[in-house]
Amino acid sequence: MSVTGPRLQPTLAERSRPGRGTPIVAHPPAGALDRIPADQRRSNPPALPELNEPEVVRHYVNLSQLNHAVDTGFYPLGSCTMKFNPKVNEWAARLPGFAQLHPLAPDEAAQGTLQLLWELEELLAEITGMRAVTLQPAAGAQGELTGILMVRAYHRDRGDEGRTEVLVPDSAHGTNPATASMAGLRTVNVPSAADGGVDVDAFRAALGPSTAAVMITNPSTLGLFESRIGELLDAVHAVGALAYMDGANLNAILGRFKPGEAGFDVMHLNTHKTFSTPHGGGGPGAGPVGVGEKLVPYLPSPRVVREADGSFRLERPGERPTSIGRLRSFVGNTGVLVRAYAYLRSHGTALAEVSDDAVLAANYLKHRLAGSYDLPFDRPCKHEFVASAAGLRRRTGIRTIDVAKRLIDFGFHPPTVYFPHTVEEAMLIEPTETESKETIDAFADALIEIAREAEDDPERIRSAPATAPVGRLDEATAARQPNLRWRAMTGREMPCPT
Amino acid sequence: MPFGPHTPDDRAAMLAALGIESVDELFADIPPALRASPLRLDPPDPEADLVDRLAGLAARNRVDLAGFAGGGAYRHYVPAVVDQLLLRGEWYTAYTPYQPEVSQGTLQSIYEYQSLLAELTGLDVVSASHYDGAAATAEAALMTCRQTRRARVLISRAVHPHYRAAAKTYLDAAGIVHEEVPLVGDGPAAGTTDLGALERLMADRDRPVAGVLAAQPSVLGLLEPMAEIGRLAHAAGALFVAVVEPVSLAVLAPPGAYGADIAAGEGQPLGIPLAYGGPYLGILATTEALVRQIPGRLVGQTTDAAGRRAFVMTLRAREQDIRRERAASNICTNQALLALAASIYLAELGPHGLRDVAALGAARAAELETALEAAGAPRVHPGPYLNEFAVRVPDADAVHRRLLDRGVLAGVPLATLEPGDPTVADGLLVCATEMTTPEEIGRFAAALADELGSAGEGSLRTDAGEAAVNRRIEVATR
Amino acid sequence: MIPADLRYTKEHEWVRVDGDVATVGVTEFAAEQLGDVVFVELPQPGRQVDQFAAFGVVESVKAVSDLFAPVSGEVVAANERLASSPELVNQDPYGEGWMVRLRVADASQLDALLDGAGYEALTAEA
Repeated sequence: MSVTGPRLQPTLAERSRPGRGTPIVAHPPAGALDRIPADQRRSNPPALPELNEPEVVRHYVNLSQLNHAVDTGFYPLGSCTMKFNPKVNEWAARLPGFAQLHPLAPDEAAQGTLQLLWELEELLAEITGMRAVTLQPAAGAQGELTGILMVRAYHRDRGDEGRTEVLVPDSAHGTNPATASMAGLRTVNVPSAADGGVDVDAFRAALGPSTAAVMITNPSTLGLFESRIGELLDAVHAVGALAYMDGANLNAILGRFKPGEAGFDVMHLNTHKTFSTPHGGGGPGAGPVGVGEKLVPYLPSPRVVREADGSFRLERPGERPTSIGRLRSFVGNTGVLVRAYAYLRSHGTALAEVSDDAVLAANYLKHRLAGSYDLPFDRPCKHEFVASAAGLRRRTGIRTIDVAKRLIDFGFHPPTVYFPHTVEEAMLIEPTETESKETIDAFADALIEIAREAEDDPERIRSAPATAPVGRLDEATAARQPNLRWRAMTGREMPCPT
Repeated sequence: MPFGPHTPDDRAAMLAALGIESVDELFADIPPALRASPLRLDPPDPEADLVDRLAGLAARNRVDLAGFAGGGAYRHYVPAVVDQLLLRGEWYTAYTPYQPEVSQGTLQSIYEYQSLLAELTGLDVVSASHYDGAAATAEAALMTCRQTRRARVLISRAVHPHYRAAAKTYLDAAGIVHEEVPLVGDGPAAGTTDLGALERLMADRDRPVAGVLAAQPSVLGLLEPMAEIGRLAHAAGALFVAVVEPVSLAVLAPPGAYGADIAAGEGQPLGIPLAYGGPYLGILATTEALVRQIPGRLVGQTTDAAGRRAFVMTLRAREQDIRRERAASNICTNQALLALAASIYLAELGPHGLRDVAALGAARAAELETALEAAGAPRVHPGPYLNEFAVRVPDADAVHRRLLDRGVLAGVPLATLEPGDPTVADGLLVCATEMTTPEEIGRFAAALADELGSAGEGSLRTDAGEAAVNRRIEVATR
Repeated sequence: MIPADLRYTKEHEWVRVDGDVATVGVTEFAAEQLGDVVFVELPQPGRQVDQFAAFGVVESVKAVSDLFAPVSGEVVAANERLASSPELVNQDPYGEGWMVRLRVADASQLDALLDGAGYEALTAEA
């Protein structure tokens, strides 16, 4: 197959020419590997591409330009909080003192990072109203697993072995039920109420002596605050279960709602959502977990400890036998956490304004779309909202997927589509607090224009996008006959040029 | 708010459009009894102050030391091009490529990462990345159970203790039995996986084994008999998981060549900063036969409506957002940016550059071995190693501490890494890479000789010194 | 068109009985709802399945769905062609896109299934 699009790029393998390269390290002395037994050695060098640096640079710069990103334009991907990522945070993470520190450096050589991590735990505990925070989980999903494993350990420690179920509303992120399964617990899906909120009565009916935990996203994945959360938490605790909060949507409630104060026992945060650490094309993230008093003994090890003399150290292996143990190597995604810390320090007391502006922007954008799209929930949203093309589809045949693709032609990244599953033809739209009113208006204008086009020129929408590097893809063939790697170079002799 | 664009007029216009006076009205749905107490935070740091604060914290870390620490994270030279390219906002500030038409950069880069790692590991299917080596290893162990429908996993004690601990957390959660395979105590194979013990553990037909996990090089730096371990695993109907270090694969036999079904490992050595433990890159690769068991994202090649080549996330129905409680894993956010760093690193170095990195590290390690032995710290194990090995140092922990004051990070005391293992209690795990200079080796060896010498001469001023002497006497009389 | 000579589950499987062998697949309606089918996971011959219990999984590009057995019985054959050509489920759901053949344990179980008209009414509501 050839690459035919004007902006598309050959692969690294297609660019490779034998003998090209850029000297990076000195040549090793002859015989450097002689002590390695022959049967342990690689018989053929790996068939990696051979390029010189100017080609490497062109390749990756040109490839990068095929991406839409927050730095290039509006990215209202609901549930993902695609806010601006401050550049000073990148500078901070690259300070040699942070970037070059070995993870097994002794505590006395790591006081700066340990202090930063300890302070960050304190800051996050204050924001969430939780008693303590672990920074170990590498992402929100690992944070969820951490939280549910602590819940399990708590019940087990009390001899309460029969708690095998996790209650999850049907609007939840897929990670919630997947996490319950990884923790060896059974998911009970609870349908949502008509107003989009958790159905407290349905939860009451499902709660019982076998309930280990409920997992609630608040605000919900519909962008709605769970107004009956107090009743729900009471009911959960009344049966001896614990309440987990999925903090994916914390960006909506900073300074307005502290889950720990309200009675949640455990929650995770996503630093790449609320605290502006870059999304990186899919990651890395970090998934700190906050816990109330009951779960402190079970936090993963090692924790950062502050000594009486003001110095910091990591817990030693086995120091806290009640811990659920380790989820990963070393202490955490420290480089990500440095960025989150920088964000928190640059905001400080202004953090509440983040949520105020995020919520104002979402409600304003939602208001602008009234009349063009269905807005299934007639109440103020938080930092995001669900619009639906269900009516548009009935009138014109144009579906959410078509609207999404057409938005690309207007220069916008589409919102999250077909999630939550509880709303037909869903579009989950999250403008964030760092987008200007002009941008939000331009996006609203585009969506309104597309709704109009759906009546007048539906074919134009169905064939969209017209301006992207590629058009709609054949995803069925990709899945039926997976081609997951190149093979052009495999087995090729790679003679050393020197 | 530091990065907020709204002027007072903008806010007023939005509030007016909504017909409300204050943004507070938008939070009226939070029950009064549940509203937050005031945030007790410091005032915002302006950028110039923030820079001072962060620089001050960074300065409290000691990165001036001659570093010989490895133990799963390695100091390598990162070509300037890696970070320069990585810093482009188009990479940094995009997310998961849900909309392939505007994500071809990320998608092609992941396809290329999968291809590069496939060449390196000798396997066919590479996931678009996991959190780190430990999480990838845990996921690999779970894969073996799903594929074989068995619920018992054997992990060599020569797999990194953090990986074993993480695997324990994941496997316990899933109700899977895991046992550790002991290491050979003495003789030429000391410190490597005990094949006889492995065979005995697998002989129990009533408790069939799903997977056997071993590391190459091992956490002690030793080369393991991977082909034999794989043969034993397969003979019992189990799968074989190789935990690998990617730079070493430039010169060591790849997992695909010795019959591994799955390779897991830490991708940090491929152009990723040490950063006190993360973010790193979990490598997970497998054979085509296990493609449906591998968790995490996969990118495939396809065509668009006009027949142009394009890339797209594929086999999506395995993932949590579709399969929910029946997904293979809950992984969602991954380490895409680090996979990109690894790809740029490999593209810049090429096959010969990567081989040079591995071989130069091996050469420096040999120099280090010679120098440390001369200083009084011989190797603990006799078997071959690549660029990391353990040396015996009386009262290793205290010596390690004192060497810090002499500007040397003398590797990792094995007692902190393997606290339960008395056979390595006085061991230091040291490594060399292409970054290790002869001057640093000289500094380490001289300082060590000095420490050991002074302790040996009866310097009993400190408890640590006394303990060192006692230990030395003990060793000498053994 | 919904074949009148088949029986249906409410979960959109069809069953055709020939002697004591029941052939099972998913309906055209189900195939359309799923979209492009990319993978079908089927049981090995010899396995026992129970009426209305899940016996396999069908995956499309963006959805996954359990397959439920219309009747109890032993699996006597699985459609091996679906491994390489899952698109048959979309192209010919009542023919070459069949999934398993079961040896029917109890023919009276068929009475609990919908007939063509009943299934048509079910899908008309959706």
